[in-house]
Amino acid sequence: MSLNRFLKQRETLLALILVAISAGVAWRAPTFIGLANLHEIATDSAILIVMALAQSLVIMTRGIDLSVAANVALSGMAAAQLSMHAPWLPIPLVLLFATLVGLALGLVNGVLVAWVRIPSIVATLGTMSLFRGLTFLAADGKWVAQHEMSAAFLAFPRLDVLGLSLLAWIGVLGIVVAVVFTRHVALGRELRALGGNPSAAKYVGIRETTLQLFVFAVAGAVAGLCGYLWVARYAIAYDGVALGFELQVIAACVIGGVSIAGGVGSVTGTVLGALFLVLIYNALPVVGISPFWQTAIVGAAILSAVILNARGDRTDGLRLILRRHPAH
Amino acid sequence: MMAATVIPHSPVPVREPILELEGIEKSFPGVRALADARLSIAPGEVVALVGENGAGKSTIVKILTGIYQPDAGSLRIDDQPVHLESTQDAWKQGIAAIHQETVAFDELSVAENIFLGHHPRRDGPWWRGGGLVDWAAMRSRARELLAQLEADIDPDTPLKALSVAQKHIVEIAKALSHEARILIMDEPTASLSQREIHDLYRIVAGLKRAGTGILFISHKFDEIFDLCDRYVVMRDGHYVSEGWIADVDSDQLVSMMVGRTLTQVFPRVDTVPGEEVLRVERLGNPTEFDDVSFALRRGEILGFYGLVGAGRSEVMKALFGITRPTRGKVLINGREVQIANPEQAAANRLVYVPEDRQVAGAVLGMSIKDNLTLPSLARLFPNGILDDAKERALTREYGLRLVVKAASWDQLLSELSGGNQQKVVIGKWLATRPDIIILDEPTKGIDIGSKAAVHAFMSELVQQGLAVILVSSELPEVMGMSDRILVMHEGRVRAEFDRSTMSAEAIVTAASGSH
Ligand SMILES: Nc1ncnc2c1ncn2[C@@H]1O[C@H](COP(=O)(O)OP(=O)(O)OP(=O)(O)O)[C@@H](O)[C@H]1O
Ligand SMILES: [Mg+2]
Repeated sequence: MSLNRFLKQRETLLALILVAISAGVAWRAPTFIGLANLHEIATDSAILIVMALAQSLVIMTRGIDLSVAANVALSGMAAAQLSMHAPWLPIPLVLLFATLVGLALGLVNGVLVAWVRIPSIVATLGTMSLFRGLTFLAADGKWVAQHEMSAAFLAFPRLDVLGLSLLAWIGVLGIVVAVVFTRHVALGRELRALGGNPSAAKYVGIRETTLQLFVFAVAGAVAGLCGYLWVARYAIAYDGVALGFELQVIAACVIGGVSIAGGVGSVTGTVLGALFLVLIYNALPVVGISPFWQTAIVGAAILSAVILNARGDRTDGLRLILRRHPAH
Repeated sequence: MMAATVIPHSPVPVREPILELEGIEKSFPGVRALADARLSIAPGEVVALVGENGAGKSTIVKILTGIYQPDAGSLRIDDQPVHLESTQDAWKQGIAAIHQETVAFDELSVAENIFLGHHPRRDGPWWRGGGLVDWAAMRSRARELLAQLEADIDPDTPLKALSVAQKHIVEIAKALSHEARILIMDEPTASLSQREIHDLYRIVAGLKRAGTGILFISHKFDEIFDLCDRYVVMRDGHYVSEGWIADVDSDQLVSMMVGRTLTQVFPRVDTVPGEEVLRVERLGNPTEFDDVSFALRRGEILGFYGLVGAGRSEVMKALFGITRPTRGKVLINGREVQIANPEQAAANRLVYVPEDRQVAGAVLGMSIKDNLTLPSLARLFPNGILDDAKERALTREYGLRLVVKAASWDQLLSELSGGNQQKVVIGKWLATRPDIIILDEPTKGIDIGSKAAVHAFMSELVQQGLAVILVSSELPEVMGMSDRILVMHEGRVRAEFDRSTMSAEAIVTAASGSH
C-alpha cells in the first residue's frame, strides 16, 4: 500500500512537472501543444520509452546494460545493409531481422553475466565498444545514406495507422506489454523478488541465471527492434548512431524511480521518466533555452530522483540535506 | 543518586532515572507505531519492555538510538531534554543498542566491527598521521572489551570465521565500546541456545554491577523473570502498565500484553504416524556434519535439538539442496533422490523454512501478498498468468491464521515489525502445501499469542498427514511439540528420545556433548 502510495506520489510529481513544463512552453509557443506537435513528441519518445522499459527489467534485477545504444547502431546497420542488398524484402521481415540481431547481441551479454559471471557493468562496457567496432567494420567504415535506402524502408516508421504513426504505436504496444508483464505474469514478480533479495529468491527456487539471461535477451531484442526504427527514422546508418543514448535510457529509469539497488520500479514511473527527458530535449529549444541548460536540467532531475529514491524514507533523504550538523 | 530504602511494591524506580521517555508518538505513512509510549531506566537496573509483535518496541529502540525522530513527546537524559538526530548523537549521550536485525561486516576483523563508525584516531598534526585510524589502540581496546566479556576471541580474526554465538558477543562488545550508560538489547537471545544465553546472563549481571541501565526486549518469559528487575508493558503503541517483576507472574504479564488471558500451551494432538516419507542414511559433508541418519513418517513431528552451531541447520540445507552433501543417501517415499537445488526439493514436495529469515526469507521491498504467494506461484498458476483474486485469498487465509499484524496485505514487508515479518515468511512456506516441511526455529522472535497459533497450525498439519521436522533451540517447544527428538552435537546425532523417554536433563546433557 504504502510503496504504491509513494510511487504514486513520485509519479504524480513527475506528471505535474511534465504538465508544468508543457504549459510553460505552450505559453511562449502555443503550437507546442497543437495536435501535430504532440504527435511528433509521441513519435519521438517511442524508442526511448520501449528501451527504458526493457532496461528497467535489467536494473530491477540489480544489473545494468550499457551496450543497448551500441546494439541499436549495429542492428540498425545490419538492417540497412540487408535492405540495401535485398530491397525487395518486405519491411516486417527487415524488422524481424533487426530484432533477431539485437536478441543475439543481448544473449552475448546474458551469457557473459549469467554464466561467465562477469559483473554486468563490466561485461556490457566491453560489449558496448565491441558492438560499435563491429558496426564500423560491417560497413567498412562507410555510411549508409538516405539515397541507398528504399522508400518503403524509410517510410515504415511513419506509416499512419488510425491517426498515429507506427512508431508511436510501437511505444503504446511496449507500454501495454510491460504493464501486463509486471502485473499479471509470474515471471515479472520473480524478477522483482530476485532483485529485492537474491538469497531469498534462491530458496524459493528462482533460477538467477535463467532470469538474467532473460532480461539481457529482452534488452537486446528491444534494442535491435529500435535499431531498425532509428536508422529508418533518421535515414542514416553509421557507427555513431545513438551515441551516448544508453545514458538517456538509464536516466529515464532512474528519474522514473527504478532503484539501482534492485527490486523497485514501475512502468508508469519509467514511462514518465522517458517523457520528461524527451520534453527537456525537444521542448526547451522551442523557447530558445540553451543546450547547456538542457543537460544541466537532466542532471538535476537525476540527482533529485536519487535523493527521493523510492526505497528510502523520503524524509530521510530530505533530512540529510536539511540537517544541521551538531558540533563535535 | 544512591539506593535508599527499597520499597518493594512501588512501581517507581528507587534511583533517579538516567533516561525518561514520555508521551512519545511516532507515525509512519498510514500506521501509528507509537501513540503514547512511556519508559524510564535507572542506573544498574534491567527493565523488560514487553508487548506483542508490532506493539512498538523496536520503534522505541530506534528512537532512543537516533534512527527515528519522535513526532511528539519528550526524551530526557539526566533530567535534561535531548534531541537525538543520529546514532552518533545517541552514542554521545551514552546510549548504545544491539538491534533486532544486526548489521555485521563479515569480511572485516572483529576489532574493526567493534569500532566501526568510531575508530580511535591518532593524535597529533595531520602531517604526522594525526587523525588517521589508530590500529594499535583499536586492537588493544577490542582485546580489553572481549576480556571483560570473558570471551576468547582474537580481535584480528575476520568476523566470518566466528560462530553465531561469538558474533553475538562481538555485537555486545560493539555496544559496550561506547561506554554506554544505557544498553538496549532488542531480542538478544533469539538466535542463541541455552549455553550462550547463560553467558549473556553473566554479562548482564556484570554490567548491572557496573551501574549500566539495561533495556531488555524479549518474547521469552523465563529470561525476563531471570534477568529483569522491572517491566513495562506496551500494547498497540500505548503504554499499558509497569511494575516490579517480583510482583507479577507470567500469566499476569501475558494478560497485560494481549488484553485478555491466555495460557501457553502446546496444543499437540496425538496422531498415529503413517508410512515413512523420508529416510536419511549416513548423510555427511566434510566440515559441518557426519553420519546423520533418521527416518520421518507421515503425521509425525521430529524435533532436532542442539546448541547453536551443532550442525542442525547445515543438515537441513543439504536436504533442501542449498548445499550438496558429500556422503550418504536421501530417500523420499522409498525412492532415492538427488536434490541439487531448492527447485528439485519443491518437486519432491519438501520445503525448508530457513532460520535466517532476513537474508534467506523476506523480500523486504515487496508487499505481504507478493511475499506470501511467491513460492506458490508455480503451483497456483501453472501457465504463468497471475490471478489477483486467487492471490489475495491465499494471502488472507495464511495472514489471518498466522495473526500477521498489518495495515493491509499490500503493505511492504520492510514496514512490518520483526515478528510479523517472520510470520509472513513462515506463512509463505506453509502455503505451498508440501508433504514434508522443515521448520528451522519457527517461533523465533514471535510473541506468545502468535506462537500458540503457529503451534496449533503445526498440529493441524500433522493431523492432515504432513511430516514435520522441527529444528528449535527452545527446549519447551521441542519437548512440547515433537513425537521424537534427535539431539545433535558437533555435527553428529548424539541421542534420540521419544515421548516416553524424553526429559529436559537428558536432552541438555546430550546436547552439551557429555554423557
Ligand atoms: N518503517 C515503517 N513503516 C511503516 N510502518 C512501520 C515501520 N516500522 C514499523 N512500523 C509499524 O510500527 C509498528 C510497531 O513496530 P515495531 O517494529 O516497533 O514492533 P515490535 O514491538 O518491535 O514488534 P516485534 O516483537 O515483532 O519485533 C508495527 O505495526 C509496524 O508495522
Ligand atoms: Mg521488534
